[in-house]
Amino acid sequence: MSTTEETAVGAPVPWSHANVGQTTAGEQEMKPRSETTADELMRELGSVLRMSEAEAAQLGDLPEDPDEDQTMIINMGPQHPSTHGVLRLMLELQGETVLRCKPIIGYLHTGMEKTGEQLTYLQGGTNVTRMDYLSPFNNELAFSMATEKLLGIDGDIPERAVWMRMLLSELNRMSSHLLFLATNGMDLGAVGMMIYGWREREEVLRFFQKVTGLRMNHNFIRPGGLAADLPPGWRDDVLRLLDLIPERLEEYDTLMTGQPIWRERLQGVGVITPDEAIALGANGPILRSTGVPWDLRRDMPYLRYDEVDFDVIVGSYGDAYDRYAIRLNEVRESMKIVRQILERMPTGDYRIQDKKVTPPPRARIDESMEALIHHFKLFTEGFKVPEGEVYVGIESPRGEIGCYIASDGSPTPYRIHMRAPSFANIQCLPHMLRGGLVADAVAVISSTDPVLGDVDR
Amino acid sequence: MSETDTDTAAPEAPDTDDAAETTPTVHGCVAGESCGQTVVFPTREQYLDLVKALADDGYTMVIDLCGVDYLEYFDRPLPDGIEPERFEVVVNLLDIAHRRRVRIRVQVPEDEPTIPTLFDLHPGAEAYERETYDMFGIVFTDHPDMTRILMPEDWIGHPLRKDYAVGKIPVQFKGAHA
Repeated sequence: MSTTEETAVGAPVPWSHANVGQTTAGEQEMKPRSETTADELMRELGSVLRMSEAEAAQLGDLPEDPDEDQTMIINMGPQHPSTHGVLRLMLELQGETVLRCKPIIGYLHTGMEKTGEQLTYLQGGTNVTRMDYLSPFNNELAFSMATEKLLGIDGDIPERAVWMRMLLSELNRMSSHLLFLATNGMDLGAVGMMIYGWREREEVLRFFQKVTGLRMNHNFIRPGGLAADLPPGWRDDVLRLLDLIPERLEEYDTLMTGQPIWRERLQGVGVITPDEAIALGANGPILRSTGVPWDLRRDMPYLRYDEVDFDVIVGSYGDAYDRYAIRLNEVRESMKIVRQILERMPTGDYRIQDKKVTPPPRARIDESMEALIHHFKLFTEGFKVPEGEVYVGIESPRGEIGCYIASDGSPTPYRIHMRAPSFANIQCLPHMLRGGLVADAVAVISSTDPVLGDVDR
Repeated sequence: MSETDTDTAAPEAPDTDDAAETTPTVHGCVAGESCGQTVVFPTREQYLDLVKALADDGYTMVIDLCGVDYLEYFDRPLPDGIEPERFEVVVNLLDIAHRRRVRIRVQVPEDEPTIPTLFDLHPGAEAYERETYDMFGIVFTDHPDMTRILMPEDWIGHPLRKDYAVGKIPVQFKGAHA
């Protein structure tokens, strides 16, 4: 790295390759119909999805695809306030009706997977926690579980650490869904709801701050356990939350759930069927809103979710209202789980006592040469992870967060890939928006609850 | 993974009764195991047929698709009979009905980085394939919209390749000597 010019961000490496002609990038933007290939047009019209005859017949209700001079292509975003960040949608409109839609993403791409290859497994948490910044604990959990599986210590994590992880990820689900309720309300004009949702979320974040020192981006769940034990008085704080939030949720019900305007805006909007959701790889509340009872916590249990009692909330219509109701009720289910965790929280270590993975306690460093060496090695070189590759998926508030790590035996991942739930869910938008009104687009985008940090990574 | 032994995706021994150790296969493709997870290693020719056969078995959802550039780690452990290539395309499939997963790793050579698209089978793989193309320059043939997805459309190079340098901003700390 000799000169500043060469070390600038993303400086392209001179790249000569026989296939350079083959890999020249085309344009990302949505093109007029006349310039769109038949395959791509099919995709944008959603007709590649596996549909039953009845569903295909319903498509007959949709407006006919007209000539170009009757339509216009407009941009929604990337600076649109209801796109939750920097999502840009290109919409083809005929009057008020959306005919085609193409999400254009990448405005928040910061190469976090490339960065992840430079960081040790101990540092990796700081990186992945920033991807889906509304559910940082879930990111850290997926990353830590993948690393532990590669290390072969996934069965040796102390009980207290496991239950603490569950406590934090359930509280995280609550805070994330509360924020969804806030933004969903705001997008649809229930501006009061925005204030209430943020207020309740802040109560949860205040607890996170007490535990981890930070409101977001905690880097608290680490390979081998957690960074620290729960602080004194944590139980009272959680109990306070459990007392406070149920009555606030009742207020949300009064404000929105039963309210005719709210129902009118959401019911029957952005409908997706189970087959389409599965074909598009949608996950989490979107899949559950179609009536598919798929929740990794129940169906492929990790941590100790098989020992707690909770319900998987499913919808039946696959519309924006179902997705709203599912998230609202998932907050209640999470509180049910948190109550059980409070009863069963075991005592003991909060991290594995494996000298090769866990830094020694501060006091040991003064008295033991070995502890000092381990400490030094862990924080300079990091611990080595055996060769292999692994995929671990967990249920985040938005769907499955997966972590794929390929290790070459060095202290940094050879390749780390995060399966981002928002990335997949965004791909449902063209289908859910088709044939709807442009005013409903806001409701549909909001109901997928995208986090652009997760989409773009 | 399902608990039944009749799991179609679990590596099963071929019918031959040879005394020599035989490698397990899934739908005629070499299969292995990594950290307790089933991994199948089809060739590029077998890839589409394998995904099709697995979809018939119930693996109806592409949960993840990504690339790996093994330029600096070419001698990775692979089952017998699999020639290592520079690139790999890794596909994670999910079977919702039977609650099981399977992973597919396809070797993609450097001098011809192409592989068929899964678009016809799994429309949801479309965006992942664009991402893999964007990051690694692996072309998915017959993909309806083979364009960059995360990087700007006029970007040169494919950032997650190992021969692509990491971008750095020089940071001037107070009192530090450059």
